[in-house]
Amino acid sequence: MIYEGKQKIWSEYQKEIPDDHYFYVRSCIRQSFFPASEATFLRITREALGKDIFETEHHTTCGGIAYHSDTIPQETVMTIIARQFALMAKYGYENYVCSCITSFGLYCETMETWREFPELEARIRENLWKTCRLEFAKPKFLIHASDLIYKYRNLIAAQAVRKLVNVHTGEPLKVVEHIGCHYSKMFPSKGVGGAEYPYVLVGMVEAWGGEIVDYPERRHCCGFGFRQYFIKGNRGYSVSNTHKKFESMEPFKPDLIITNCPGCPYFLDRWQYVIAESTGKTYGPDGHGIPALTYEEVAGLVMGYDPWDLGLQTHQVGVEPLLDKMGVEYDPTRKYLGKNGKNLGEPLPCACLK
Amino acid sequence: MKNNILIIGGGPAGLEASAQLQRMGYNVILIEKSPKLGGHLAKWDRLFPDSVPADEVLGGLLRGSEGVKCFTDTDVRAINRLDKSYNVRLTNGITVLSDAVLVASGFDLFDAVKKEEYGYGIYDQVMTNADLEAYFKTGSDRRIENPGRIGFAHCVGSRDEKSGCRSCSKVCCATAVKQAIEMKQAFPQAEVYCFYMDLRLFGRHYEDLYLKAQKEYGIRFIRGRLAEVSENYDGTLQVKAEDTVAGKPLKVTLDLLVLMAGMRPSASGKAIGDLLEMAVEEDGYFAVRSGIAACQRSPIPGIFLAGAATGPKTLPETLADARAAAMEIDRYLTEIFPDARNYKQLVRERW
Amino acid sequence: MVDFGFGLVPSSRINLDLFDKDKYEELAAVEPDVRICMACGSCTAVCTAGKFSTTSLREAIEDIKNAQPTKALELLKACQLCGKCSMVCPRGINTRHLILSIINTYSIK
Repeated sequence: MIYEGKQKIWSEYQKEIPDDHYFYVRSCIRQSFFPASEATFLRITREALGKDIFETEHHTTCGGIAYHSDTIPQETVMTIIARQFALMAKYGYENYVCSCITSFGLYCETMETWREFPELEARIRENLWKTCRLEFAKPKFLIHASDLIYKYRNLIAAQAVRKLVNVHTGEPLKVVEHIGCHYSKMFPSKGVGGAEYPYVLVGMVEAWGGEIVDYPERRHCCGFGFRQYFIKGNRGYSVSNTHKKFESMEPFKPDLIITNCPGCPYFLDRWQYVIAESTGKTYGPDGHGIPALTYEEVAGLVMGYDPWDLGLQTHQVGVEPLLDKMGVEYDPTRKYLGKNGKNLGEPLPCACLK
Repeated sequence: MKNNILIIGGGPAGLEASAQLQRMGYNVILIEKSPKLGGHLAKWDRLFPDSVPADEVLGGLLRGSEGVKCFTDTDVRAINRLDKSYNVRLTNGITVLSDAVLVASGFDLFDAVKKEEYGYGIYDQVMTNADLEAYFKTGSDRRIENPGRIGFAHCVGSRDEKSGCRSCSKVCCATAVKQAIEMKQAFPQAEVYCFYMDLRLFGRHYEDLYLKAQKEYGIRFIRGRLAEVSENYDGTLQVKAEDTVAGKPLKVTLDLLVLMAGMRPSASGKAIGDLLEMAVEEDGYFAVRSGIAACQRSPIPGIFLAGAATGPKTLPETLADARAAAMEIDRYLTEIFPDARNYKQLVRERW
Repeated sequence: MVDFGFGLVPSSRINLDLFDKDKYEELAAVEPDVRICMACGSCTAVCTAGKFSTTSLREAIEDIKNAQPTKALELLKACQLCGKCSMVCPRGINTRHLILSIINTYSIK
């Protein structure tokens, strides 16, 4: 691997990311999959870095899941998006940051479609007025929340209490980065680092002391694939895609997977359980799995936040070996306690996956 | 009176045209931007289809053009059109008053880095056709150490609109087959794969070369464009393509991948074209007066073209093109140029 | 093991790393012309059996080279050895001999 070659490509795919004042929209599924990730994003940006990140309870889904499952037409999705943009304008913002990769892809796709077909934009404007009596303004800057954490990576490193380093050996942790397909595969120029060698997560890992693993199936989809997962009869394809990735990354012995998409960490995490319980195969050492975390969770760990406040107990693959490697102190008895101190209920033990 | 003729580009086309025009008695000035004459030919080891040494061909071209005024490390700084002639200021400080100008600016090899998915300049074991010729010439390349599995990817930067080149580069199929055979000769135990979309082996002896590659060397031809390259844990490559004959996706592990970088219009030729305000076609190569009947005449009177400046050509085609350009220049300088009174009318009728 | 009602799907991808070179050289030693097929499909087009059942010499040769000899044998099962394919092969491959050689080399005896 020739690192300078990658640097050259990275230098060609940089995008402008404003420093401050953002209108933030959440993801539908992340709040249940990784309930503390978005809270951690706000905690880091607002509290630790003092940035102005505004959100309103009036925003809705972007419609992406329905759109990619072919259940609603594009025009409907565009009108939903136009309404989000109207909210942004109403609260006086020009920079739009979204938590979800599918949303990000859909926003990019919508803006590009309007650029090419202005008459469609005019019709959506009319739709929005008829349905909601709202007028929208397009964002000046449209970015994904991982772009913003990428932008702040060195500020986070400056406040970090620990690095992505194995405290027992002093070696950097080996990190697999996985980018959501809709981040830059549709529009390579909209992603930091492009589509073939995306830099957005690599930049974070490098800034926080880890070492990136580039394995053959790095570009392969996590296996979500929308309809492949939603319909039970197709789920074999979903888990097989994930399996292909794990078989490919296995020889590199990664300590951790970092992701920037709602679906990817979910499938890279949960399918390890399914693969283990249905075939007996595990990918971490001694019957453990490889923890698959969101970039907010990883940022939270280096910032020294409590792992249970980061929601790491909601992962299927146990994170304790990772926490031990990083020297993170945690209270095992608090793992399954909710914010109110009440027991959330504990999952049953797995037969194969530790 | 001996007419001055300026030839821009010291590759095969420029050398051959200068030799012919000198024989006809013209005063030829040949300029070459790089320190050495010969263009890409000087960097090549052997030539398809019969494995003639490139040095031998280049030697013949250089001998033929002995006596021609040659300036290497020299480019054009400015060109002014006078009534009929061109006043050309060179970067070496010399000014030439030239009655005809031949642009033989050739081609650039496609920059394989642009095909990001192939990982040239990123994955250690990926090289280009030009790198491999350099290896054949020098016998050393850090990437080549008794490779067991070698792949050749045809059409890198050719027939690929996304890399800005819709057209075929014409020479890469035959080059790939030639190089595949040469690698098999060097490493008889190696498995050699060629990934192609269409095998465009149109020239004399080319089909024989293909048959030899299959029959004598057991080279496997896989119909399907190489789609993605990545690096395995042990530094070998994993490549993906579709075997479109079988209709199935395919993967294979390789120790070495050679990218057949195609032809692109030369960047320095484009700069000359800008100075002369010469028209280029959509493909980036210079436009000609007529693609069938006047391939060596530019749309501008007194400006001629030869070789890959007007699109991908094989070496024999380039040399034939250069000789044709010399004939065209001679015709222009004897039939049109001397007639001061009727010059404009003659140009209208015969250019 | 848990049955989830779904599971890993076998890959349909050709993996050339599984190619058995020794076996192929064994075939090429008795019928060298296996190397020179250019996949034109003339053999399949005129195949007597191919009109009624899935058989194709062109495809079988491709399967052999793609490390899938079982598929190749399956494709050649219906061959009647009529020899029409040898008449149309532009490279003059002795197709009947090739078919028999493939079966001889790759069949599990």
